[in-house]
Amino acid sequence: MNPELQIMLIAVVTAVAAALPGTYLVLRRTALVSDAISHAILPGIVVAFFLTHDLNSPLLLVSAAVTGVLTVFLIESLIRSRLVPEDASIGLVFPALFSIGVILISRYAGDVHLDTDSVLLGELALAPFDQVIIGGVNLGPRALWTMGVILLLNLLLIGLAWKELKLATVDPGLAALLGFSPVAIHYSLMAMVSITAVGAFDAVGSILVVALMIAPPATAYLVVDRFAPMLWVGAAVAAASAILGFGLALALDVSIAGSMATVCGVLFAVALLLAPNRGLVAQARRRSSQRLDLGVRMLLVHLLHHQETESEAEECRVPSLHRHLQWSEARVRQVVREAEGRDLVARADDLLYATADGRQLAEIAVVGESMPDIVNRNR
Amino acid sequence: MMDLFGDYTLRLVALGSAILGATSGALGSFAYLRRQSLLGDAVSHAALPGIVLAFMLTGSKVPLVLMVGAGLAGWVGTLAVQLVVRRSRVPYDSALGIVLAVFFGVGLVLLTHIQKLPNAAQAGLESFLFGQAASLLKRDVVTMAVLGAAALVVLIMLWKEFKVLSFDPDFAASLGLPVRRLDGLLTLLLVVAIVIGLQTVGVVLMSAMIVAPGAAARQWSRRLAPMVLIAAAIGIFSGITGSIFSSYIPRLPTGPTIVLVLSAIFLASLFMAPQRGLLWRSLRVGGLRTAPDLDPVLMHLYALSRQHPADPEHGHSVAVIQTMSPPQAKVIAALERLADRGLAQRTADGSWAPTPIGRREAQRILDREAGEGL
Repeated sequence: MNPELQIMLIAVVTAVAAALPGTYLVLRRTALVSDAISHAILPGIVVAFFLTHDLNSPLLLVSAAVTGVLTVFLIESLIRSRLVPEDASIGLVFPALFSIGVILISRYAGDVHLDTDSVLLGELALAPFDQVIIGGVNLGPRALWTMGVILLLNLLLIGLAWKELKLATVDPGLAALLGFSPVAIHYSLMAMVSITAVGAFDAVGSILVVALMIAPPATAYLVVDRFAPMLWVGAAVAAASAILGFGLALALDVSIAGSMATVCGVLFAVALLLAPNRGLVAQARRRSSQRLDLGVRMLLVHLLHHQETESEAEECRVPSLHRHLQWSEARVRQVVREAEGRDLVARADDLLYATADGRQLAEIAVVGESMPDIVNRNR
Repeated sequence: MMDLFGDYTLRLVALGSAILGATSGALGSFAYLRRQSLLGDAVSHAALPGIVLAFMLTGSKVPLVLMVGAGLAGWVGTLAVQLVVRRSRVPYDSALGIVLAVFFGVGLVLLTHIQKLPNAAQAGLESFLFGQAASLLKRDVVTMAVLGAAALVVLIMLWKEFKVLSFDPDFAASLGLPVRRLDGLLTLLLVVAIVIGLQTVGVVLMSAMIVAPGAAARQWSRRLAPMVLIAAAIGIFSGITGSIFSSYIPRLPTGPTIVLVLSAIFLASLFMAPQRGLLWRSLRVGGLRTAPDLDPVLMHLYALSRQHPADPEHGHSVAVIQTMSPPQAKVIAALERLADRGLAQRTADGSWAPTPIGRREAQRILDREAGEGL
C-alpha cells in the first residue's frame, strides 16, 4: 500500500469513528463536551506516557478514557453544586486540566516525541512511518490498527446498546422511567468519546477532533429526520470530508487535519444552504412565494371591493394600482403577472377585474370561506 | 520584591498579563452572566485564520494589524453561530463547536501554507496557538493597553444599558433600548478582550481567562459592580502571579500557569466565599439541621406547644409524643438528643417542651418545606 493510500484510509477510519459518538452528542446538546474531553485528556496521556515511556502503549488509551470520564464528572459536579451554570462549568474544567498537561509536557518531556504542537494539531502525514511489524510481516500502519479497533468498539457499543442509547438521547425521561440507567448510558457514551478522542489525537490533534465529531452529524441533522439515517449519513459525510480534505491537503501542500476540518465546514455550509425544505435557499424561496401569494390575495380583495362601483375606473386601473395598494410598481407588475398566470384576474385595456376563481379566492380571504359554500350550508 | 520587577522582560510580561486579566475579567463577567462562557472559546479559536490572513494580506506583524484580523475573524465567527442557530435546527452548542473547530482548521491550513513560502518573516505566528508571553514587546503591550482601555471606557459609558441587557433583555426591550445593537456591541467588546490576550495565553486557553475570573467573583458578590471589580482584580492578580512564577521557574509556560492560578482562585472561592461557599454550606447544614430521625419528634413538640400560645414552655408527657409517633420510634432517646442540642428541655414535672431555639428551628423546617412545595 502506498503511503498516500494509507494516510487516506486512516483519515477515513478516524473520521467515521468520530462521527458515530458525535451524532449522540449533537442530539443530546452536549457537543462541547467533545471539546472539553479532547483537551482535558492531555494530562491523562502525559501521565500514562511517563509511566510507560511508550507512546503506543494501550495504557495511554485507558488512562485517557479515565481522564475523559473524570472530566465529565468534574463538570457535572460543578453544575450540581448550583453555584456555576453549565456552560461556565465546561469552560472552567478543561482549560485547567489542559494547562496541567501542557506544563507537564514542557517541564518533563522536553525532548521526546510528545510535544504540544503535535498534541494540538496532530500529524497524519507521519503515520505511515510507524508500521506494525510482527514476526517480520508488515501488517500496515499502527494508526490504522488503533483507529480501526476504536471504530469497531464504537460500532459494537452502538450495536449492543442501540435502543438504550437512542431512547436516552431522544427522551431521557422516558428512558429513566423504563428502568434504563441514564447515568450508566451517559458515562459509557462519554468513555466512547474519550477513547475516540485519544485515538484521533495522534492523527488530527485535539481541536480538529471536535470538527470531525460535531460537523458531520450536524450536517446530517440538517438533511435527514430519522435517527438511524442520521447516524449513517453523518458517517458518510465524515468519510467524504476525510477523502476530500486529504485531496485538498495534497493539492495545496498544507496541513491534512486542517483541510479535513475545512471540508467538514464547507459540507456543513452547503447543507445549511441547500438542504431540501430546511435550507436557507428553500427558506428564502418559501418566503418569497408566500409573499407573492399574500400579494395576489390582497390584490383580489382590493378588486372585489371596488368592482362595479364608481371608483372602479380609478382604483382598478393597472397604472394606478401601486398608489392605492401602496406597493412599488415592480411589486404590482410581479403580483399582477402571477394573478394573471393563475387565471385569477383578467384585463380589459388597463382595467383589471377578478375572474370567478379570483372572486372565490378573495371571498375566502375575507370571510374564511367562499360565498357558494356559505349559501350551500345555509340551504 | 523590588528586585522582581527590576527585570525589564518580566515587567513587560507582568504588565501585559495584568492588562489582559483586567479586561477579560471585567468583560468576562458579563459573558458569564449572559451564559456566553463558551462563546469566548469559539471566538478565540475562530481568531486564528484572521491573524494569518492579516499577515498574508499586509505582510506585517504589527500587533494592531494582527489584532484587527483576529477581531474580524472572531466577529465573523459569532455571526456564523447566530446564523446557524436562528436559521436551522442545529443547536447552539453544536454551532459553537463547528465554528470553533472549522475556523481553527482553516487557520491551520493558512498557517501551514505560509510556512511553506520562502519567507522567514512569518516565524512566530504559531506562538498564537499556546501564547508566548516572553515574546511580548513594548509595542504589543502598548496596543493591548490602548485597546483594553477603550473597551473598558465603552463598558463604563454604557454600564446601565449593559446591566439591564444582561439581567433582563425583555425588560431592556420594553424600555425602548436597542437590544440587538447593545447585544452586538457587548459581544464585540468581548471579542476585543479575547483578541488582547491571544498573544499572551494563546487561542486554546483564552477561554479560561474569560470564564474563570467572573465565575470566581460571582461567588463573592451578588451585585454587578462589585462582581466586575473583583473579577478584574482576580484577573490582574493571576496575570502578575503567573508571569512571576513562569519567569522564575524554568520551562514553566506563562499561559498555562496563569490559567492554573486562576483555577486555584476559582476553587478557593467556590469553597470559601461567604454565604454561598460549599464549606459554609456544609457547616450550616451540619450545625443547624437536626438529624432526620429527630425532625419528627421536634415537629410534634412544636405542634403541641402551639396548642398553648400563652405558655409555649408548657410541658407534654413522653406518652403523648409516643402516640403521635410510629410505634417503633425511640422517642425518649430522640428527646434526650434534642435536649443535648438545646432544642428541647425537660420541665420540672418531668414532661417535655421545645426551647425557643427549638421552636425557631421547627418553624424554619416548616417554612422550608412550604418553600419546596412539599
